[in-house]
Amino acid sequence: MTELVFFTNQVVISGLVLGCIYALGAVGITLIFGILRFAHFAHSELMTGGAFIAFLLASAFAAWGIVTPIPTGFVVLPIAMVLAAILALGIDKGFYAPLRKRGAKPVTLLIASIGVTLMVQGLIRLFFGAGSYSFFETETKEVFRFDLTAIGSTRPLVITEPQVLMVVVTFVSVLALHFFLTRSRLGKAMRAMADNADLAQVSGINTALVVRVTWVVAGALACMAGTMLALDVTLKPDLAFNIIIPIFAAAIVGGLGQAYGAIAGGLLIGFAESLAVFNWTMVLRPLNAVLPDWLQLPATLALVPTEYKLTVAFVILVVVLLVRPTGIFKGASS
Amino acid sequence: MIQRSLGLFAGLFVLILLIGWVMGAPFTSSRLVEAAAYALIALGLNIQWGYGGLFNFGIMGFLMVGGAAVTFISAPVNPVFWGSEGPAMLGRALLAFAAGALIVWGARKADRVGISGRWKTALTVLAWFVAYVLYRSQLDPAAAYIESAVGGGWIGGLGGHPVLGWAFGGVLAAGIAFVVGKISLGLRTDYLAIATIGISEIIRALIKNMDWLTRGTLTVSPIPWPTPLPQAYQAGGMDNLTALIAARGGFLVLALVVLAVVLWLISRAYAGPWGRMMRSIRDNHIAATSMGKNVTARQLEIFVFGSVLMGIGGAMLVSFVQIFDPSSYQPINHTFLIWVMVIVGGAGNNWGALFGAVLLWLIWVVSEPLSKAVFDLVSMWSTNVGWGAIPEIEARSAQMRVFVLGLVITIALRFAPKGLIPEVVKREA
Repeated sequence: MTELVFFTNQVVISGLVLGCIYALGAVGITLIFGILRFAHFAHSELMTGGAFIAFLLASAFAAWGIVTPIPTGFVVLPIAMVLAAILALGIDKGFYAPLRKRGAKPVTLLIASIGVTLMVQGLIRLFFGAGSYSFFETETKEVFRFDLTAIGSTRPLVITEPQVLMVVVTFVSVLALHFFLTRSRLGKAMRAMADNADLAQVSGINTALVVRVTWVVAGALACMAGTMLALDVTLKPDLAFNIIIPIFAAAIVGGLGQAYGAIAGGLLIGFAESLAVFNWTMVLRPLNAVLPDWLQLPATLALVPTEYKLTVAFVILVVVLLVRPTGIFKGASS
Repeated sequence: MIQRSLGLFAGLFVLILLIGWVMGAPFTSSRLVEAAAYALIALGLNIQWGYGGLFNFGIMGFLMVGGAAVTFISAPVNPVFWGSEGPAMLGRALLAFAAGALIVWGARKADRVGISGRWKTALTVLAWFVAYVLYRSQLDPAAAYIESAVGGGWIGGLGGHPVLGWAFGGVLAAGIAFVVGKISLGLRTDYLAIATIGISEIIRALIKNMDWLTRGTLTVSPIPWPTPLPQAYQAGGMDNLTALIAARGGFLVLALVVLAVVLWLISRAYAGPWGRMMRSIRDNHIAATSMGKNVTARQLEIFVFGSVLMGIGGAMLVSFVQIFDPSSYQPINHTFLIWVMVIVGGAGNNWGALFGAVLLWLIWVVSEPLSKAVFDLVSMWSTNVGWGAIPEIEARSAQMRVFVLGLVITIALRFAPKGLIPEVVKREA
């Protein structure tokens, strides 16, 4: 049983946590791609910016002496999400809307989004320096250790409080997004516009409103993903910049423009990354007793060495682009 | 048009003189050499994006390939490695690689013996897995052995002339660009951008972690110069400063010669039928196909040509700074910066790309001291009014160049979307 618990700790939990963050980021990217038809690189900065907004709010809460039963990061999350949504709207108004009005090609918007990435990144570094911050400077990060000796495991099952909350929050928001897209008028309008923008417009859908709603949803989800990532690891200016390509990989694997595909893609990439670097010897060690001497398992038996963990996402990306460029769920045509 | 370009270049010249006057000759001379290398890289991107409309966001990968190539050719020979069992072990790894490639190739041809559909797919996946395990089983012990003290740490260089290394950087970049292009050129722009970023990250991870081949984060230095080093001039009796300037001047002349030759060649190609064909593919590839042009092959061709220049430029940068440090490569500094250079300068116009490269490189390097000066002023003012000084001015101003780069590209897209020296569209009357 020890092996199974070890596997759960190393692969299931870490893959799920990583997958949730990728999924939330990828949903935003895929929605923006569906509505506005361009790859929004600055999404990473919405994530990092959102995380820093949440961090400032949490610090303010701590300064006012407000003590919360769950980590403050989660308590301030709704406020931070609203602020991040406003930030996303502002970025669109200031940088992308003028280009769209001029009739610029999606490629130009992509380059503009890189410009935004650089500017936001520069501003964050200007104000916060290059160091890292933690949400848990004043409060403790609770770690749950489930003693599993009852079922014959010598190792406990380890999961931290933010990780539990993260999975719950992701699940709830994905459910909410599902109902929003399928039940509400605006959500249906969004899907209609993603399918065919011209047709949506002639059938009386307010496309300008749909664009704004898209930015609000994408900004809020990006803030959620960034904050939760910062709660799980540490907050630093290049927090999300480093994982933007795995997030794009998640969106493409799921099929760009497909919200459900993005969630599936996020979880897939998250699990693939943790599985690829998992050391199988730890699980298969009991086999050493039955295997002959010349076939003993080596100390590490992982598919790829740990330092290549991030590359796994890129390899999956390249393979998917080669074999099935529209993604698992058929997305926008390539 | 000509007048405007001349005016802009004259302005650039004045800017260089100004920087030389404020920052001193040693600073300016090394920035100029780097600017020449970046100009070469920007010309490479201009071929791909300006001539051919290809969206290459993997420039960093090609620069690293060039750097690794010049390191391999020009670093001194490592006698410990050649005297050890390392070469034989590497040979076996190479054999395993060949065997793996054969297995995969065989699986892909499985339909010849009647295996097709799902079974063929399963067989191909299995073949990839077997090939991978086979290769890793041979390479891992070889890598571990070479990285140990007995194996010499890394394979060392060949001790060749750095200019040979530059050429090899171009060749290696061409080979990799061929593979990358084969994989990803069929994709639409956004997908192509993301795929090339992904591939350049894979290249970075490989070069960074294959310590036996590139020495990884342990870095290789010093890498020899193609022209005499300052020490050689000092030995000739010059004082330190003059020797430094003379040596860098020598390097600059060599870099400029390469740049001039490249510029002449690609300008001729642009004006010729080949260039016209490329522009027609860029502007309307469907029409070009209907005229009988092989669009895929031509795009692959232009992707390879552009990458060659990037490889040479990357090699030049590494041999100038004399150190190959894989962890110093960042997408912002080595991919996005080049894109901003080409777009601000003028995509599709070689002089525009050249102008953009030099201008942006100067902006990039002076924005740090400049923002430090501004911060110092503001800090002095805020201390006087009693708000206290700005903390960590050094670290903050180092980050300002990223912001400045973003600002420049945003302003350029808004007010000069075709660049400062735009492409000249000639129409026959």
